[in-house]
Amino acid sequence: MSENKNSNGLLGWIDARFPLTKMFEEHLSKYYAPKNFNFWYFFGSLALLVLVMQIVTGIFLTMHYKPDGELAFSSVEYIMRDVDWGWLIRYLHSTGSSAFFIVVYLHMFRALIYGSYHKPRELIWLFGMFIFLALMAEAFMGYLLPWGQMSYWGAQVIISLFGAIPWVGDELTLWIRGDFVVSDATLNRFFALHVVAVPIVLLMLVVMHILALHEVGSNNPDGVEIKKNKDENGIPLDGIPFHPYYSVKDLVGVVVFLILFSVVVFFMPEMGGYFLEHANFVPANQFKTPEHIAPVWYFTPFYAILRAIPDKLLGVIAMFGSIVLLFLLPWIDRGKVKSVRYRSTTFKWLLVMLVVSFLGLGYLGALPVTETRTLFAQIFSVGYFGFFVILWMISKNETTKPVPERVR
Amino acid sequence: MSSDEADNSRRRFLTAATVVVGAVGTVAAAVPFLASWSPSARARSAGAPVEANIGKLEPGQQIIVKWRGKPVWVVRRDEKALATLEDSGLTEKLRDVESDDSIQPEYTKNVYRSIKPEYLIMVGICTHLGCSPTYRPEITPDFQGGFFCPCHGSKFDFSGRVYAGVPAPTNLTIPPHYFISDDVILIGEDGVA
Repeated sequence: MSENKNSNGLLGWIDARFPLTKMFEEHLSKYYAPKNFNFWYFFGSLALLVLVMQIVTGIFLTMHYKPDGELAFSSVEYIMRDVDWGWLIRYLHSTGSSAFFIVVYLHMFRALIYGSYHKPRELIWLFGMFIFLALMAEAFMGYLLPWGQMSYWGAQVIISLFGAIPWVGDELTLWIRGDFVVSDATLNRFFALHVVAVPIVLLMLVVMHILALHEVGSNNPDGVEIKKNKDENGIPLDGIPFHPYYSVKDLVGVVVFLILFSVVVFFMPEMGGYFLEHANFVPANQFKTPEHIAPVWYFTPFYAILRAIPDKLLGVIAMFGSIVLLFLLPWIDRGKVKSVRYRSTTFKWLLVMLVVSFLGLGYLGALPVTETRTLFAQIFSVGYFGFFVILWMISKNETTKPVPERVR
Repeated sequence: MSSDEADNSRRRFLTAATVVVGAVGTVAAAVPFLASWSPSARARSAGAPVEANIGKLEPGQQIIVKWRGKPVWVVRRDEKALATLEDSGLTEKLRDVESDDSIQPEYTKNVYRSIKPEYLIMVGICTHLGCSPTYRPEITPDFQGGFFCPCHGSKFDFSGRVYAGVPAPTNLTIPPHYFISDDVILIGEDGVA
């Protein structure tokens, strides 16, 4: 293949000054992805789509929104009622945040079942986890901006979590809020972080996530390294160029996704109080906590872990620990076989336990506390943490099925 | 001078010195940015003491005063409420009966947690995760009246003392305060002894 095939014309002129064709080939037309990608492989590109959508709708929302304790709530209502198409832009953004988490949770689950965090993809997983963390920060700070009751008291509770840290806790919460309570100062800095700082970090992490992926190559449902079997040109025998094969396949995913997404945006933007909570249609009142406060659905699993433990500091440790354990997954799982297809039955049951616990916690975290529910939340918390503990124990000497040489 | 003759120990020293000076400079430059997050002068001055007139408060009533942006409750407790506080049926259910682990000025470290038994002046922020509990003056068989936090179910008695077995670790906080006259209190400052 000659290097100078595009030495003429505009493209040639650019290529002599900027690696445009080189980058296009490296990441798209000559990036060889395994040919056996299935349904689970839609969610990476969908996450990218939602990210772009959130940035575009977010930019347009900042053109009308006022980050001010006195004006914020009414400026959101102004966007909803008086700005042409403002309601659409805001519903796209609010539905987009929930869609982001749905897509990312499914993307993470894919990595879990096919072992995409195993050597040599530990860094891809770590960058991905940092993206997840940045996304949670982004969602949390964005949720304060409408300045409704749930915004206000949700932020109050989450910031108070840092108060559980011994010795420095109270000073730290004061520093985060910039006032003795959640106030205009808090709103203003959260706005700055939400629209500038965290998105920049998020974009950088996404670039690193993709660069790391393209360096080692994609995993696949069989968990086989396609780079082990190459033809005479050095192209993996089981690989196909990302573009056009997967760019076109992903386009189908995009269309289906946008249909479902539009149904929510146009017909059920509040999603029965799960995407936009009812209490948030009341302006923030620092003297009155709503009768029942719960985070948005994507935080409820972690919130349920916090509430399940009847001790302030231990509850906070358990909640953060549940996320730290995810970071450590590549080292907790000591197995050599990646894909669930060839792993032991015990591993499959562990996955079932994790999913049931996570969904159970998510369900309970949205409801008010009762004794029975706390008991169930404790059982599910044990299930969640149990996954990591048992996985660490069984994975070293796991009975696995033989892994094929090539993808099927 | 060819690279063979380069003095590597001098290079290492220069590299290390540059890194150290650069690191110190970076930390120093970060200070103003980090410090800018502390409460501003305006926020701090809004934390000044506030006066409240409690002359019109009837027994059993509660008013809310804003101090440092926080709700401060003034509750005029009636005879029935005060009677519950020393009842052993209640005190055995409390976590910190003597308020040893809780925050209050020395002059309110008593069973009423107040200067005058009748008037309770207390910060209305739960010591668990900062929600504002609600005033529940009704006395029922399983709850002898006081305050209940809707967020995570913490219960407090009429003195803001926390029940055992709820998430809140300590009693509700009593702010510094004193009586300027019989009807007027100042919240946020200790009285002159």
